[in-house]
Amino acid sequence: MRGREDEWTGLMRSAMAGDDAAYHRLLRAVTPVLRAAARRGLARAGQPPDQAEDIVQEILLAVHLKRHTWDSEAPFAPWLFAIARNKLIDALRRRGRRIFVNIDDFAEALPGEAPQETASAGEVAAQLDTLPQRQRDVLQSIAVESASIKDTAARFSMSEGAVRVALHRGLSALTAKLRDH
Amino acid sequence: MDTDQLIRTLAADNAHRAPRVGAMLTMALLVAAPLSILIFATFLGVRPDLMSAMHNPFFDMKFAVTLSLAIPAIIVSLHLSRPEALLRGWGWLLLLPVGLLAVAIGGEMMMAPAMPMTMRMVGKNSRVCLSAIPAMSLPLLAGALFGLRHGAPSRPALAGALAGLVSAGLAATLYASHCTDDSPLFVATWYTLATALVTAIGALVGSKVLRY
Repeated sequence: MRGREDEWTGLMRSAMAGDDAAYHRLLRAVTPVLRAAARRGLARAGQPPDQAEDIVQEILLAVHLKRHTWDSEAPFAPWLFAIARNKLIDALRRRGRRIFVNIDDFAEALPGEAPQETASAGEVAAQLDTLPQRQRDVLQSIAVESASIKDTAARFSMSEGAVRVALHRGLSALTAKLRDH
Repeated sequence: MDTDQLIRTLAADNAHRAPRVGAMLTMALLVAAPLSILIFATFLGVRPDLMSAMHNPFFDMKFAVTLSLAIPAIIVSLHLSRPEALLRGWGWLLLLPVGLLAVAIGGEMMMAPAMPMTMRMVGKNSRVCLSAIPAMSLPLLAGALFGLRHGAPSRPALAGALAGLVSAGLAATLYASHCTDDSPLFVATWYTLATALVTAIGALVGSKVLRY
């Protein structure tokens, strides 16, 4: 457990220093743990586990948009689990249940418990359709069609800078819509 | 969108760098401060006997109290803008103004009183104090909440209450230079009431706007 968390901290430090591949690896590494905890939280609240993926995606978006609040001198796991716990409580509350979520749900979650397949979730996709055209185009291109920022820029006759801005604004808007809907 | 696609998209946005919460809070307070100062200059102004008042330790003590509220409140609010942060170990910082006030009240008790205690406590400006501090707080409170929205507080109402303490502490610092009531008993009563009001507003608004 300790080794896994040290590895996360190292990856996050690299990510913050500009290593996109490290960031990608980190997000992939934490996702099964988040998924297992989300399923457990849903089960405890008497909710069907098929909503776990929506919660996982919400957590990932929050991690992404709030990563500047992580102190690079501190271990990454407690920060991650605090965000995850917060989002899980929010999600369960929105579904009408108040529940105490134990932080150990995350710390103890073993990645092996969770199915490794990547599941699709409805909420992010649904909110994607409500974004302004340009943000939606850019997100679709990068997320769904796996295009690079450069290819996306060429395709929509935008500068790469404008694609980056639309991408970030789109992710922020998506998060706000998920939170408030 | 499946989760792998989302992860790839987030990684593509990794180059985006957000400023630290402290920078956002500082900027937002600097933008809001002129509005509060404008309210101060329009309706209150510095008391006419400022020069002689500065020789009165109880006048100076008012600034020590208000700043010992505002500055620790800024520090604690930034601490709590991290999701894993707890108030434990930091909350005592917020007791600094209370301690200072207790010392000042004790000091005043030991001196030969110029006025009876109840008169010092009620003072002449209680109504102005109760309206001016909240009024000057509001722009600063909006600024503090805007800045803290950039963070990820686990307890939005608590973070909002701290935004209230920050703004009330700063507004009270302005107000202290206007008010001719220097007794620590007056400060302990009316400044505290005004601060409590602003803190409650901050907690209420914070519970809505500081969720992330």
